[in-house]
Amino acid sequence: MPKTSITREDSHTISLFVANKPGVLLRICLVFSRRGFNIESLVVSPAIDGRFSRMTITANGDKNVLEQIIKQCAKLIDVVHASEHDSSYSIEQEFALIKVRLKPKNRSEILQLVQHVQGESIDFSDNTLILKIVGESKKIDTCITMLEPYGILEMVRSGKMVITKGKSET
Amino acid sequence: MTKKTLNGAESLIKCLENHGVEHIFGYPGGAAIPIFDAIYDSSIKLILVRHEQGATHMADGYARATGKPGVVLVTSGPGATNTVTGLLTANMDSVPMIVICGQQITPVLGKDAFQEADVFGITAPVVKHSYLVKDPNDIPRIVKESFFISATGRPGPVLIDVPKDVSSSPCTTNIDDCDMDLPGFSKPEKPSIKDIKKLANTIKGSKKPLLLIGHGVIISQAHKQVLALAEKLGAPVTSTLLGMGGFPENHSLSVGFLGMHGTAYANKAVAECDLIFSIGSRWDDRITPAKIERFCPGAKKCHIDIDPAEINKILVPDASCVGDAKLILESLIPMVEPLDTKDWLKKTQKNKKKYPLSYKIHGGLKAQHVIDELCKLTNGDATVTTDVGQHQMWTAQFYNFKRPEQWITSGGAGTMGFGFPAAIGAQFGQPEQTVIAICGDGGFQMTLFELSTAVIHKLPIKIVIIDNKYLGMVRQWQELFFDDRLSGVDMVGNPDFVKLAKSYGAKAFRIKRPADVKKVLKQALDYNEGPCVIHAEVIKQDNVFPMVPAGAAAEDMIISRPTTKLQKPKGST
Ligand SMILES: Cc1cc2nc3c(=O)[nH]c(=O)nc-3n(C[C@H](O)[C@H](O)[C@H](O)COP(=O)(O)OP(=O)(O)OC[C@H]3O[C@@H](n4cnc5c(N)ncnc54)[C@H](O)[C@@H]3O)c2cc1C
Ligand SMILES: Cc1ncc(C[n+]2csc(CCOP(=O)(O)OP(=O)(O)O)c2C)c(N)n1
Ligand SMILES: [Mg+2]
Repeated sequence: MPKTSITREDSHTISLFVANKPGVLLRICLVFSRRGFNIESLVVSPAIDGRFSRMTITANGDKNVLEQIIKQCAKLIDVVHASEHDSSYSIEQEFALIKVRLKPKNRSEILQLVQHVQGESIDFSDNTLILKIVGESKKIDTCITMLEPYGILEMVRSGKMVITKGKSET
Repeated sequence: MTKKTLNGAESLIKCLENHGVEHIFGYPGGAAIPIFDAIYDSSIKLILVRHEQGATHMADGYARATGKPGVVLVTSGPGATNTVTGLLTANMDSVPMIVICGQQITPVLGKDAFQEADVFGITAPVVKHSYLVKDPNDIPRIVKESFFISATGRPGPVLIDVPKDVSSSPCTTNIDDCDMDLPGFSKPEKPSIKDIKKLANTIKGSKKPLLLIGHGVIISQAHKQVLALAEKLGAPVTSTLLGMGGFPENHSLSVGFLGMHGTAYANKAVAECDLIFSIGSRWDDRITPAKIERFCPGAKKCHIDIDPAEINKILVPDASCVGDAKLILESLIPMVEPLDTKDWLKKTQKNKKKYPLSYKIHGGLKAQHVIDELCKLTNGDATVTTDVGQHQMWTAQFYNFKRPEQWITSGGAGTMGFGFPAAIGAQFGQPEQTVIAICGDGGFQMTLFELSTAVIHKLPIKIVIIDNKYLGMVRQWQELFFDDRLSGVDMVGNPDFVKLAKSYGAKAFRIKRPADVKKVLKQALDYNEGPCVIHAEVIKQDNVFPMVPAGAAAEDMIISRPTTKLQKPKGST
């Protein structure tokens, strides 16, 4: 797997519902950094009720430490709830923009590949192509592996976003 | 008649009055002047300290002596950063406290204005919660929330940063009637009956039970329930350093405190019990070994704590219940049956006789002798604070506590400089009690300037300086584990503490010989017109035993001075 993968074996996805106030993110980051945890990805967006925000955090590390981290996050006054989700009852999706080197001889090959992963080419220049890919993080990892031989110039990933299935709350 | 509109500072002080605040420990500065101005017309008594750190420890001592949050008021920048050690100390030991800081005006925040500091950011890791107030109309809500947060569930310090333009602008919200907005605050859970039943079942059949009581028992005021449970089960009781006072030490079931410098009979009970039941203790690394499997091997573990994050943090118990200790014990007591502990109690009693805490009266003045005599002369009734070091451990060993809120010491942070200002706060909180601060020569010098504060308010505190002319606790480690290579522990240059105290206008006594201990302490205890310092010049080389080296298990305890060289401790500190 490429270095850019965020779906490692010990990877965990935590979803937080928090008060939309200044300083919340600082406090949450402190819970992770104090225990030597590196946050791999972080997505924050306002909830339907604008007084709150949703966060999805992906981090790698020991399961027991992670249990402690979730509890310490939940304890924060501005955190309404914090929980780890597993994919059996939740949907996890990620979004990526990938800039690939384009040579005339690869062009059709790359475009075929993009079609195959249901990606979209959203910008062309003489020698570059920007692709948009949406899906599970694993799928994005795979795309990256496939595109690497052509030369990936730059890449931005949104980080995982999680929502629970059915009526249960995220 | 229309009511005068209050400004932010005035409404802040009014709110504090409404919350029953009687004392503010403070130190002024430009950004806090509007708030000090509002105090001018208030019923609240301002205690002007000599250093902001002193103010925080006073508020801390006040809170531990009364169970009510202590309140601190300081200015921006360095005034606020001087509270960080006090915030850490309170946060580590779950003490309710409210620190209000002046701040630069909002338009210049982040522009390196004079005495501007990111106080919210600097203090975030050491508070339970904090606020940067942007709108004066939020002040009544924020004050209400702060009191609620600091004292509800697991207590802790709350910081309120108030920019000067906010404290100077009008506040038009109703201060007597405002709603809190805390959707994320997890109220302490109502204890689950299922969990309590499981506790009862886990206790059943134990032949060698040990109750371990912690600071949570004091916070919860669960001492009566602990006594009832211990007597019903027939179980011996040990306590953490901070749990002392939660169970009377003169009770036959008490085995004193456990851990690094706890009693030998407590640590032996830990090593041999078949059930250990923590009530409001967090299995700190000064009572549990680095290899947690070595802690009470073979014993079942039960755990009660109000903070869900404490369950499974250090060890995974066989049964646990989240909630207030008092509430849980009230439900648990009727569910348990007396245990068959006759042999176990015989054994713990035998160990109490075999390994008593002791010291020799002869061969120079001993700290233990001074403390032991203080306990006798005050009938074990005084409120005692300590600083951090050997004298702290000897006080824990030789002063026998019997009631909650009688024992005030910095455990989790181990903050030198805590003891004396904490005694000032405790005396304000318990004006009728005899309050004694037992300090080391090192630690006392970290906050001794508060002698002015104690003298001005004529507080009859007894400040006992155990002067071994060393940073004794560190010297002990260097002697035992670092081949006696003493590095940075000699307190050469100590002042004459008697003269020093007198220059502040305090009464002062000196003890040099064992024969003088009783006589001088009596004189000091009889003096109640103001603070007095008792300078006890003790022998320099004494060590605290028993000792469980850091990271080791209870059975590795050293009971007296070792004759062979010891391994450097591998555990924490
Ligand atoms: C030089 C030095 C030596 C030391 N040596 C020792 C030693 O030998 N032995 C020792 O024990 N300690 C020692 N300590 C202190 C040690 O570092 C810890 O501070 C102490 O062990 C913690 O005790 P605790 O868990 O009871 O209290 P805290 O750390 O205050 O924890 C209290 C617990 O109670 C819970 N709680 C709060 N309110 C409630 C409630 N209403 N109901 C239920 N639970 C509640 C809290 O959530 C928390 O988990 C030493 C410290 C120093 C500085
Ligand atoms: C602020 C702070 N600095 C350093 C320490 C480390 N420390 C722990 S005990 C101790 C020695 C204390 O000496 P003293 O106050 O004379 O008490 P003694 O041990 O001699 O009784 C030191 C330096 C500390 N706990 N707190
Ligand atoms: Mg000393």
